[in-house]
Amino acid sequence: MASSFHGSKINPDRFDRSQIKFFLFLMPMMVFMGLPIVYIFSHAFKPIDELFAYPPRFFVEKPTLANFVDLFNMSDTTGVPMSRYLFNSIIVTVVVVALTIAMSTAAAYALSKKKFKLKALLFEINTVALMFVPIAVAIPRYLLIDNIGLLDSFWAHILPLLAMPVGLFLVKQFIDQIPDSLIESARMDGASDYIIYWKIILPLVKPAIATIAILSFQAVWNNVETSTLFVNDESLKTFAFFMSTLASQTGNSVAGQGMAAAASLLMFVPNLIIFIILQSQVMNTMAHSGIK
Amino acid sequence: MTFFKKHHSTLVFLMPYVLMFSLFIIIPVAIAIGLSFSYFNAIEPPSFNGLENYVNVLTQDSVFMRNVLPNTLIFALIVGPGGYILSFILAWMLAQIPRLPRIIFALVLYSPSMTAGIAMAVVWRIIFSGDQTGYLNALLINLGVIYEPLQFLQSPNYLMTIMIVVTLWGSMGVGFLAMLSGVLNINTEIYEAGYIDGIKNRFQEIIYITIPSMRPQMLFGAVMAIVTTFQAGAIGVQLSGANPTPQYAGQLMVNHIEDYGFIRYEMGYAAAISVLLLLFIYLFSKLAWRLFGDND
Repeated sequence: MASSFHGSKINPDRFDRSQIKFFLFLMPMMVFMGLPIVYIFSHAFKPIDELFAYPPRFFVEKPTLANFVDLFNMSDTTGVPMSRYLFNSIIVTVVVVALTIAMSTAAAYALSKKKFKLKALLFEINTVALMFVPIAVAIPRYLLIDNIGLLDSFWAHILPLLAMPVGLFLVKQFIDQIPDSLIESARMDGASDYIIYWKIILPLVKPAIATIAILSFQAVWNNVETSTLFVNDESLKTFAFFMSTLASQTGNSVAGQGMAAAASLLMFVPNLIIFIILQSQVMNTMAHSGIK
Repeated sequence: MTFFKKHHSTLVFLMPYVLMFSLFIIIPVAIAIGLSFSYFNAIEPPSFNGLENYVNVLTQDSVFMRNVLPNTLIFALIVGPGGYILSFILAWMLAQIPRLPRIIFALVLYSPSMTAGIAMAVVWRIIFSGDQTGYLNALLINLGVIYEPLQFLQSPNYLMTIMIVVTLWGSMGVGFLAMLSGVLNINTEIYEAGYIDGIKNRFQEIIYITIPSMRPQMLFGAVMAIVTTFQAGAIGVQLSGANPTPQYAGQLMVNHIEDYGFIRYEMGYAAAISVLLLLFIYLFSKLAWRLFGDND
C-alpha cells in the first residue's frame, strides 16, 4: 500500500527501519516479562543437584522428569494422593467454564436484544460490578455458604465463581454488533427465542465465548480461596490449593522444591495452551470491549 | 400472569445469572455492610454496635493507620496507574510493528497475568531467596555489590518494592489486550484528517487522536487495572509466607481483613475494613470514569 500519507504507521504490513526504536524498547520488556516464564519450564526439569547448585544456574543442564514422577507419587500428610487434587480441579474447572458460558451468553442475549423495563438498570449494575473484588467479601461469602449448607462440597468451589461481571459485559457488547434484522427475520420464520439463541446467537458469538472460556478458566483453575475458606475435607480440595501448600513448604524440604517447580509448570501450561489456541478470537472480542 | 407469558423466555435467560450474581455478589456486599455496624466473633450472634468499628479503625488501630493504609495507597498508586500507563505504551508500540512479531510479543507480555500469584510464588521465592542460592543474591554477590546475602522477602526494606515489581510484572492482562485491539481498530482516515488539521508529531497524534478515539477501551482498561491492583492484595503474604507480613511492611487492606476475620475472628471489625476497601475501589473507578467516560 504505497500512499503519500506517512503520519500513522499503525498495523504495518512489513518491517521498516523506523520500527527499530520500538523493538529496542520492547525487547528488554520481553526479557523481563518472559524470563520468569522460561524459568518455570527450566526449573521443573532440574535434577536435585542443579536445584540447589551454587552459583545457581538459570537453564537446566541435564533435564529429568524426576520432579514430575515424585509429584505424581506424592500424597500429602493426610494421605490424599496428588491425583485426587488434580481430578477435583479438572471436574470443578469443566463445570464452572461450561456453566459460566451458558449463563453469560443467555443473560447477555436478553440484555442485548430483548426489551423489558429493568434492562438498562441491570446492565448498569453489572458494569459497576466490574470493579467487584471477591476477596473483599470473603467473610460474608463464608457465612452465606455455611448457612445454605454448601461447606465441604464441590458446589462451594463452583457456585461463587459462576457470575462473572466482566464475562457478561464482553458478551453483551459483542451481541450488540449482531443486526436486529437477522433476529427479526428468524422470528418471521417462526423461530422461538430459544431457537434464536441456540441457532443464531451462539454460532455468531463464538469469539466472545472463547474469551469468557479463557477468563473463567483462569479464575477457577488458579483459585485457592474456595479450598482454603469453604472446604475442610482434604479430599475435596483442588490442585491449586495443593500447589500452595507445596509452595509454603519450599523452604523446608529439599525434595519439595523440585515438586513445587513441577507443580507450578502443571498449573501454568493449561492456561498457556488455551490462550494460544484462542488468542485470535480473544482479540476479536476485545475490539468491542469499550465502556461507553 | 400476562407479564410472565410475555417475558417468559427473557426471564429464563436472565434468571440463572441474576440469581448467582445476587447470591454471591450483591448479598455478600450487603452482609458486609450490615456486619460492619456490629460486633461479631463468629460464635455468638452479631450484636449491633453502631459506628464503633469505624471509629476504632480511625482511632484505635495504629497498625491500620501507620502501616496498612499508607501501604495500600502507595501500592495502589504505583501499581494502578503504573501498570495502566505501561499497558498503554506497550499496546501502542505493539501496534506499530508487523503482525507476526506483534502476536508473539503480546503472548509473552500477557502470559505473566495467567500465572495468577500462586504458581509464581514458588518462582519468585527462589529468585529472591534469602541465602546465596537465591538468584538475585548470587548475582549481586558475583557483581561485588554485596558480600552477605540479603533477606529480601523477610526485610521490611525490600518487601514492598518486590511486591510492586511482581504485581507490575503480572499486570498486562485483559485491559492490555483491550487497549491493543483499541489502538489497532482506529480508522486510519482519522489520522489522515488529523495531519491535515496540523498535527505535527507522534506525541501529538497520541494525545489528540489515538487516546480520544479509543476512550471506551481506555476506560475498560482503567477499570481492569484498578481491579487487578486491589485483587493482588495477597501477594505480600504469598511472598513472605506470613500474615502479618514482617513488621507489617507488606500489609495491605486485604491482608488486614484476613488477619482480623479469619485469624482473630473479629468479623464485624473485618467487615468494616472490607466496606472501606470497596469504597476505595469505587472512588478510584469514579476517577477513571471522570477521565475517560462520556462527559454527560
